[in-house]
Amino acid sequence: MLEIKNLHAAVVGGKEILKGVDLTIRDGEIHALMGTNGAGKSTLSKVIVGDPSYEVTEGSITFNGADVLSMKTEERAHAGIFMSFQQPIEIPGVSMTNFMRAAVNARRKALGLESLKSTDFLKLMRDKRKLVDIDNKLVNRSVNEGFSGGEKKRNEIFQMAMLEPSFCILDETDSGLDVDALRVVAEGFNKLRKPETSALVITHYQRLLDYIRPDVVHILLDGRIVKTAGPELALQIEEQGFDWIKDEIK
Amino acid sequence: MANEFVKKVAEEKYKFGFTTDVHTEIIDKGLNEDVIRLISSKKGEPDWLLDFRLQAFRYWQTQTQPTWGHLRLPDIDYQAISYYADPTKKKGNAQSKEIDPELMKTFDKLGIPLEERLALSGTAVDAVMDSVSVKTTFKEKLSEKGIIFCSISEAVKNHLNSAVFSDGSFVYIPKNTRCPMELSTYFRINARNTGQFERTLIVCDEGSYVSYLEGCTAPMRDENQLHAAIVEIMVMDNAEVKYSTVQNWYPGDAEGKGGVLNLVTKRGLLKGMNSKLSWTQVETGSAITWKYPSCVLQGDNSQAEFYSVAVTNNFQQADTGTKMIHIGKNTRSTIISKGISAGRSENSYRGLVKVGKKADNARNYSSCDSLLLGSRCGAHTFPYMDVQNNTATMEHEATTSKISEDQLLYCNQRGISTEEAVGLIVNGYAKEVLNKLPMEFAVEAQKLLSVSLEGTVG
Repeated sequence: MLEIKNLHAAVVGGKEILKGVDLTIRDGEIHALMGTNGAGKSTLSKVIVGDPSYEVTEGSITFNGADVLSMKTEERAHAGIFMSFQQPIEIPGVSMTNFMRAAVNARRKALGLESLKSTDFLKLMRDKRKLVDIDNKLVNRSVNEGFSGGEKKRNEIFQMAMLEPSFCILDETDSGLDVDALRVVAEGFNKLRKPETSALVITHYQRLLDYIRPDVVHILLDGRIVKTAGPELALQIEEQGFDWIKDEIK
Repeated sequence: MANEFVKKVAEEKYKFGFTTDVHTEIIDKGLNEDVIRLISSKKGEPDWLLDFRLQAFRYWQTQTQPTWGHLRLPDIDYQAISYYADPTKKKGNAQSKEIDPELMKTFDKLGIPLEERLALSGTAVDAVMDSVSVKTTFKEKLSEKGIIFCSISEAVKNHLNSAVFSDGSFVYIPKNTRCPMELSTYFRINARNTGQFERTLIVCDEGSYVSYLEGCTAPMRDENQLHAAIVEIMVMDNAEVKYSTVQNWYPGDAEGKGGVLNLVTKRGLLKGMNSKLSWTQVETGSAITWKYPSCVLQGDNSQAEFYSVAVTNNFQQADTGTKMIHIGKNTRSTIISKGISAGRSENSYRGLVKVGKKADNARNYSSCDSLLLGSRCGAHTFPYMDVQNNTATMEHEATTSKISEDQLLYCNQRGISTEEAVGLIVNGYAKEVLNKLPMEFAVEAQKLLSVSLEGTVG
């Protein structure tokens, strides 16, 4: 379970973006987070994973009871928190295979497990690759280097498959994807998801939520969650935009 | 707090910084003709070699220290150095062929076992400590193929009447012979206030091939130690030599105190038609590295390559690169240089590509990349070109990049620590060069790169 209480956060040395966020996501739940540009959606996800360019000025985040804010970024990952990046980063010269091996074994080490043997690791890569329908050629290339927008997003879901997180943040995973690619990525996510896996899905559009069906929808405006309801809320936003909510909270 | 951590890592990381407590015969400090006569007599050299040494010394006295390097080089007090240290000499006058067990232990600790049964498979080693070759392995096995691999002192007595050197390794590969194992020299400086002045000569005769490795380490000492060596390679018709260096001399501490001054001359003559020579270097150690492994492409169709990764951290300085001198027709040279700077270090690539009047259709491709870690280090590129033949094709590319915060966040989010992420990225960046190293060395070099840069980011 992820619990966020009264979270305030700012860009380091800059202005406050999150102004008291409260959010509880229980195991197995999918929460959608919608909101206008600049409302703080991506900031919230980056603060959860521990991006050092933001500082938390007040409030708390716990994950399965552990104090997330006192953990390093990699320790949060080891605890089972995963983020699919809005803009996946290119790392020239580092093959996906080496990158994933380092990631998988770092997590195993943190959990007190032995490193995977090469053959076992390569088999794991093969199996997971099939799940998300990712080409072997992509896996042999450098991390995200020269990947198309769709390939990058699919590669994020592939990494999620490899790391088997218990809580996933999908930060605008639908941006830059055509309808077919969106379906592949969303279906990949659904296949990988275990009953206890929870997720925070950040999006501007209903179409992603057609595939990944949320239990709860939150609206984030100006650094605060101002409205929480069932999946019908997302449909309403799709039709009417955010202005009526802004009027409602005035 | 962060400084404390960086300091700790910088001090811990150099695991070869131990000293060997062994009786070492060291001659008095200072440099004059008597010292040179003394060294020559200790080695029982012929007169012509003593004359050569004296001639060289008299010429050296007329020279001054060059200042064109992008380096803050301390004035070297040549009278404060001892020029001969022999760790194999027993106390008193006892004569023994046995190697002191302490020396064997030292090389074991360095991962260079001198007993043949324990040695890395397929690698023959000439182990040099201070001024003396301690042992050469697999000599007999190699001699079955007519290959000579021995210390240079032995070479001048046994093999090379026309030779012109002091100490180090000597290799001769006879015609049409593919050397069946990697040959290597391991250089170790142990004694205090001494300099190491080694000389290596490799002659690869027609149609032959040899791959040669060189490794270097030294103890942690507060004062600078001087290493001024010479490597010369001669490649005949259709022959090929690969020379690889993994240089890990003590780089000094995090404040820039101590460390080896690595001022080295390396040159190769591609004398024969279709000859090939490649220099591969991974330079992670030394307070100052100043060297330009060079190739003279004399034979028609000869090919030369220079692959370099130079890492500088803390207060290290490196000014390194190559010279490619095209004389023969249809000669080709390739230069791939990867500089990595961290801390407050300065890292320069300096290279000369010269195409002579008669070198028709010469080609050169140069690529010089710099990677900066942090904002207080420097990366510089000084390419020189001198082309006197208008059929030449010259290509030069250069890039400068940094490891971005975004890349680190991405790695961290996947559970990879910052240190490991830097190691991955740096190794990825240097892969093109590391791939040129023989297998066992490539693995070592990868680890070395990661270790050298620990604590530089974050």
